[in-house]
Amino acid sequence: MHEFGVTESIIDIALKEAKKAQARKITKISLVVGELTGFMPDCIEFYFDLMSKDTIAEKANLHFESAPAQVRCRSCLTIFRPKDTLWSCPECQSQGIEIVGGRELYIESMEVE
Amino acid sequence: MRKIELVQNILEANEAIAAQNKRLLDEHGVFAINIMSSPGAGKTSLILQTIARLKGKLRIGVIEGDVASTLDAEKVKNEAVGVVQISTRNMPENCSLIASMLDPALKKLPLEDIDLLLIENVGNLICPSEFVLGEHKRVVVSSLPEGDDKPIKYPMIFADADAVVINKADLSPYVDFDIAAFQEAVKRLNSKVKFFELSCKTGAGIENWCSWVLNKIEINIKQAADKGG
Repeated sequence: MHEFGVTESIIDIALKEAKKAQARKITKISLVVGELTGFMPDCIEFYFDLMSKDTIAEKANLHFESAPAQVRCRSCLTIFRPKDTLWSCPECQSQGIEIVGGRELYIESMEVE
Repeated sequence: MRKIELVQNILEANEAIAAQNKRLLDEHGVFAINIMSSPGAGKTSLILQTIARLKGKLRIGVIEGDVASTLDAEKVKNEAVGVVQISTRNMPENCSLIASMLDPALKKLPLEDIDLLLIENVGNLICPSEFVLGEHKRVVVSSLPEGDDKPIKYPMIFADADAVVINKADLSPYVDFDIAAFQEAVKRLNSKVKFFELSCKTGAGIENWCSWVLNKIEINIKQAADKGG
């Protein structure tokens, strides 16, 4: 499971930002997780509950949004959301791609009091 | 209630440490290869074969990443200039090496005496694909008994690979592994990848792999010289 370190980073970033904003409490953290990553929201939530105890992030609501997989066809440069594991281009049917989206993991925003 | 807009990359902490690791390696003229595969594909065997072929030409160091045990480090310790075992059991991540684990390991190695550093990642096709370590090249080892569908099931690790080693090629009469289909599946998401079919057991094909490693080191040295001068 590699969500432990990731959750640690999420809490670090959130606490730092909250301090900058002179907040007393973090109520919500909105996260974007790419569809092509292996990061599991349930797992991040589990660690978050444990690791945020006794910090101002305790009980903050985690909101997850999935970023879709986006690939670019190497032949015709069409950007599309892959429908199958062959990565077939819907325009020219060729099967060579570059990944342009879906591997991200970031904090989009947070809400504080 | 106030909203703070951020768009802050969570993996940035790892990437920053990886960049420091790379700087440290470059300062000492060390070329590092991150070797990834599922358990049992032959990472340690490939390391041993590579050292056997190249030790007259290069000084080779090894970092072994495992959840538990020092078995792999024991196997290579007499062959390499330096070996460090990273045990990930009590680490924040136990399924993959991450950049912050490499940093203390690099400090234990005699970097000035090493030309090539082979980093054996934890046997896993998912987690290592998310973390850069500061390596110069990323290599995936696949083996015939695993089946040819791995690039379809675990695409991300293949998408970033500079080279894919197809190990246990000597087993091809006994297993149904379609090498062309496997290569095709990798090439769909990685146009720059190089393939090496070999057998660490018989030694067949190791030569081509070693030539690639030597060539990449030469290119790296040349680029560093161009940059420096």
